[in-house]
Amino acid sequence: MVAQRVRAARPRARTVAQTWSGVAAVLLLAEVAARTGLLPRRYFPPVTEMFAELGRQTTETSFWSAVGQTLQGWALGLGIAAAFAVPIGMLLGTSAVRYRAFRVIIEFLRPIPSVALVPLAILVYGVGLESKVFLAAFAAFWPLLIQTLYGMQDVDPVALDTARVFRLGRVERLTRVVLPGAVPYVATGLRISSSVALILAVTAELVIGSPGLGREINAARVGGATDLLYALIIVTGLLGWVLNALFAAGERRVLHWHPSQRGAR
Amino acid sequence: MLDVSGLSKTYGEGERVTHAIAELSFSVAEGEFVCVVGPSGCGKTTLLRCMAGLLAPTSGRVTLRGHVVDGPPEQIGFVFQEYSRSLMPWLSLRDNIALPLRHKALGRDERNRLVEDAVESVGLTGFMDHYPWELSGGMQQRVAIARALAYQPEILLMDEPFASVDAQTRADLEDLVLRVRTAYGVTVVFVTHDIDEAVYLGDRVVVLTPPPTAVQEVLPVGLPEPRDQVETKELPEFAHLRAHIFRSIKRKQPDAPDLPTPT
Repeated sequence: MVAQRVRAARPRARTVAQTWSGVAAVLLLAEVAARTGLLPRRYFPPVTEMFAELGRQTTETSFWSAVGQTLQGWALGLGIAAAFAVPIGMLLGTSAVRYRAFRVIIEFLRPIPSVALVPLAILVYGVGLESKVFLAAFAAFWPLLIQTLYGMQDVDPVALDTARVFRLGRVERLTRVVLPGAVPYVATGLRISSSVALILAVTAELVIGSPGLGREINAARVGGATDLLYALIIVTGLLGWVLNALFAAGERRVLHWHPSQRGAR
Repeated sequence: MLDVSGLSKTYGEGERVTHAIAELSFSVAEGEFVCVVGPSGCGKTTLLRCMAGLLAPTSGRVTLRGHVVDGPPEQIGFVFQEYSRSLMPWLSLRDNIALPLRHKALGRDERNRLVEDAVESVGLTGFMDHYPWELSGGMQQRVAIARALAYQPEILLMDEPFASVDAQTRADLEDLVLRVRTAYGVTVVFVTHDIDEAVYLGDRVVVLTPPPTAVQEVLPVGLPEPRDQVETKELPEFAHLRAHIFRSIKRKQPDAPDLPTPT
């Protein structure tokens, strides 16, 4: 009668092999294409050389400080976005009047590409960390705000009636019924905003020249260091992947009760 | 104890007005088990929501021991039809059942005892730390009943609680409700569209008309206690009562759907 907690264990080795076979095939193809001259060597070095360069970089402190600077921009940007988006989303999501009053402003500001704010950021904050954080925070704010809003508005009416009929107070209704129901939305918002914040952090480094991976990429281009250019691009990709995986793991823990995560414990 | 007098409920305004409940009066006595039965769409749920203070009537009133009900009174426990939506999926059974007790002035031991007693009375001991969605539908509804019982209500309002479980589970749950009703000495108002269920469970059956809803008749059941799924339902009185209610509802039901009368 009790639903199974444990999912049937698949042969793990086989799943892993299937997952990585595609990756291996693409890497091999790129390697062969570069070695045979199918791709211009000048712009596209063999994959092995990119990774060799990446390996060399991991022994350099300048590389790690660039990674740190990018992550710093990401973390501050996402943190500031969350500090504003979640409370504001809660505030607007719990009142139809407030939501209606601010909807137009949100719908106007939201589609502005953050990159369009680069000159403004430079004007106000200069070319350092603040500009990067401002751009990342602005971009990350919107997905999180919208998700929080939806989460607050999508509370099950039966759950609300339950709270009312059992005379839960305002605070308890919010903390025990409304907020837990909104957490899946906020979690998704955080994951999206995390990606957006990383993109904007690197963009700011590229365009403005704030210290970080983006600036290093630009420097590699100027210096004609193609291997390094690719190695750094790979690192930005890996960063995005790792951060996403971290958030996914966090969701699995916090949302173990949610239909999308059940049985994944 | 609980009186519904001249209650009416309309939705909408002007030309789009819908009379869910025309005018409706009946009383529930202390300790009684009253079943409210009527054709589907006759505003049974609306009536129960008004009785629970979840919905304000358009006119008329509900009084509990002489006090007008204008919000959920603390003497009322409620069991919803949609058990899976009424239980919080992020809370374990223990926390779900304890949720309405948090704001009551109870000691920790007292609260734990209430939760454990309720869980035991619905036969779910050992599932305390499970989550609702790990249980079958029938078990989830038992959790909802346990939650309402632990709340120690004087009146239990149940809105078609067994409409979406299978027949065998339903019979088990009906007997469970009869048992806990005695154990907790609680007054029950039980809404259902199932005539057999109403006759089997109730001390009295309130039969409603199709909308705009009014009371068609109130029948004392008077079948011997304790009720038994096989023996009670074999009795000629049981067959007689259910046939009577069936005809009563059938007679009032229009053969073809009427056009809404302009008001």
